[in-house]
Amino acid sequence: MLDLVWLVVVVPLVSGLGLLVWGKEGDRVGHLVGTVASAASFVIGLVAFVQLLGRPEDDRSVADTLFTWISAGPFHVDMAYRFDPLSALFVLLITGVGTLIHVYSIGYMAHDERRRRFFAYLNLFVAAMLTLVLADDYLVLFLGWEGVGLASYLLIGFWQHKPSAAAAAKKAFVLNRVGDVGMALAIMLMFAQLGTSSIQAVNATVAGQASESVATALGLLLLLGACGKSAQVPLQAWLLDAMEGPTPVSALIHAATMVTAGVYLVVRSNGIFDAAPVAQTAVVVVGLVTLLAGAWIGCTKDDIKKALAGSTMSQIGYMMLAAGLGPAGYAFAIFHLVTHGFFKANMFLGAGSVMHGMAGPDGEGDVDMRHYGALRRAMPVTFATFGLGYLAIIGFPGFSGFFSKDKIIEAAFGESFWIGLAALLGAGVTAFYMTRLMVMTFTSPRRWLDDVHPHESPRVMTVPLVVLAALSVLGGVLVLGGWIEHWLQPVVGPSVHHELAVPAWVVSVVVTAVVAVGVALAWVTYTRTPIAQTAPADPDVSVLTRAGRNELYGNAVNDTLVVRPTRHLTRVLVFLDARLVDGLVRGLADRLGDTSQFLRTPQTGYVRSYALSILVGSLVVVLALLAVTLA
Amino acid sequence: MNEYLTLSMILFTIGAVGVLVRRNAIVVFMCVELMLNATNLALVTFSRQHGTLDGQIAAFFVMVVAAAEVVVGLAIIVSIYSTRRTTSVDDASLLKL
Repeated sequence: MLDLVWLVVVVPLVSGLGLLVWGKEGDRVGHLVGTVASAASFVIGLVAFVQLLGRPEDDRSVADTLFTWISAGPFHVDMAYRFDPLSALFVLLITGVGTLIHVYSIGYMAHDERRRRFFAYLNLFVAAMLTLVLADDYLVLFLGWEGVGLASYLLIGFWQHKPSAAAAAKKAFVLNRVGDVGMALAIMLMFAQLGTSSIQAVNATVAGQASESVATALGLLLLLGACGKSAQVPLQAWLLDAMEGPTPVSALIHAATMVTAGVYLVVRSNGIFDAAPVAQTAVVVVGLVTLLAGAWIGCTKDDIKKALAGSTMSQIGYMMLAAGLGPAGYAFAIFHLVTHGFFKANMFLGAGSVMHGMAGPDGEGDVDMRHYGALRRAMPVTFATFGLGYLAIIGFPGFSGFFSKDKIIEAAFGESFWIGLAALLGAGVTAFYMTRLMVMTFTSPRRWLDDVHPHESPRVMTVPLVVLAALSVLGGVLVLGGWIEHWLQPVVGPSVHHELAVPAWVVSVVVTAVVAVGVALAWVTYTRTPIAQTAPADPDVSVLTRAGRNELYGNAVNDTLVVRPTRHLTRVLVFLDARLVDGLVRGLADRLGDTSQFLRTPQTGYVRSYALSILVGSLVVVLALLAVTLA
Repeated sequence: MNEYLTLSMILFTIGAVGVLVRRNAIVVFMCVELMLNATNLALVTFSRQHGTLDGQIAAFFVMVVAAAEVVVGLAIIVSIYSTRRTTSVDDASLLKL
């Protein structure tokens, strides 16, 4: 099976393309085909993973070249894939969570007449994401990178009849282009400096062959790409708007898999980042800033999906932070990525289930948490699974998030006390906003709108929830006995442990205590006073809340720094074009016209005047001839 | 010999002035013919003077061309008359009606 790993990409790709061109008769079974394709990918990936497990440790990497993609002089790119411990984990996460979300979507999108197309896009996304993680060459990775960007664009704008969804899709696409410029420049720099874009070769030789400034430039450019894809500051503004897409899309693409591609890129490029301490510091700073910014935003949003999106930003910030810590954090970044993939997909799907249940008479799902409340009784399965995801994300001892976040905070303290402190603060805020979300949605008194009758979702939606909830709880086993560090060692090198001033269990206790404080604070805030059905107006809330509601003015910053100057520039260019370029062309045409007008005045149409000019002309000729002959 | 040439010049001048000042297409046409024949007279005179046949042959060519031109020219005048009910060349100053 290890020779057939490329099938995990091909199966969903063929299925996705097939579903797109299949006519109306495909509507009846299209969703099943899409789900089966994804499940087949998962099975192939699982078998390959087990076979990889069975191999000796130093032999756990299978690379193969399917064909030569580009060959022009020294410029040589192979369509090559590499199945190693890191990509194996990703293949399982993408196809596993992806398949569950396909199943969920069968129910969620049941009444959408374009369901077949939705599944086609989902399949294309899975294929592109797998290309990204299996690529053995940065250019092939870039192919997948752009593929997931395209799929993300298509799926955010899936309900394109809503102007807000169409705008959100465009925003995501454009902001991702900014990051992609960084990626493209990084790949060009690799070619220019190292003569290759093979991931293995670049990471192996960058330390020896390139100067540190080149490595730093590569690292920063890759980080720019990662920021775009993973919604990290300063390219974070698209993620909250991306919640316009259908909820399964938010769960799969904008929580579990695609947005973590930036973290994957940093970990995969560990050779570059290890050779560039400045770039590593930049990754840590970006991670920390995003971690706190996302958590801040998550505290203030009343839209359940946007609150979760803020949380996603924040959690990816944790992963970035860990990835920036170098060998001390790579394995934990991936570990948190996997557990986050489980519990965040679980909670997003749970949120979708709540929206589904809270849909008003018009069938539109309601996302405002201020209209929820007391759903614990109405939707017991959703509540139970969401609750398990909640315990996982805040890091309740024993749940997966406890292990993964704890490890990152520990590594952060090992790097520097202040970084650790900021990460610790983030954990407390995480507990606060997730408790707020739980209270507002499930436990507080009901604040339902009229004509809303919450009900549990169908089985096809709750079963994936249950599976993901189980994974959220059990995901922590990966770290027991240092398994994940050991497993990833062939890719990222041996894990480095910094000596802490205090034993590791003290850190865990402190983290748990901070989390408990966050939970208690939110509990007191949101249960003591009743929650209003409409959000307090902006002037009535604190400056901090206002900033959070406005997404820390990220859009305003973009608007002032980029959008408006660009608009002015456009206006100047349009003016120059109209006046200068068009003026020249039109002026020339006008002068020619004037000359013609002047020249046609002798053309009167009167035969006699023509005859006179002929006569005068011939007289002139005759006289000239005479003058010439007589002279 | 000079008398012939003088006559030729007088006829040519009458023809040229007629073309310039008359408006009736038929008259203009006749004046053109007058100029052609004045030229013919000059050609034949020179032929005689030089004792060669070149001028006479040229005169024949002019007659042939004039005959052909009369056919085409009269046809045009008839057609103009049938559409505009006039033979004044000034009224036909535009190519369109």
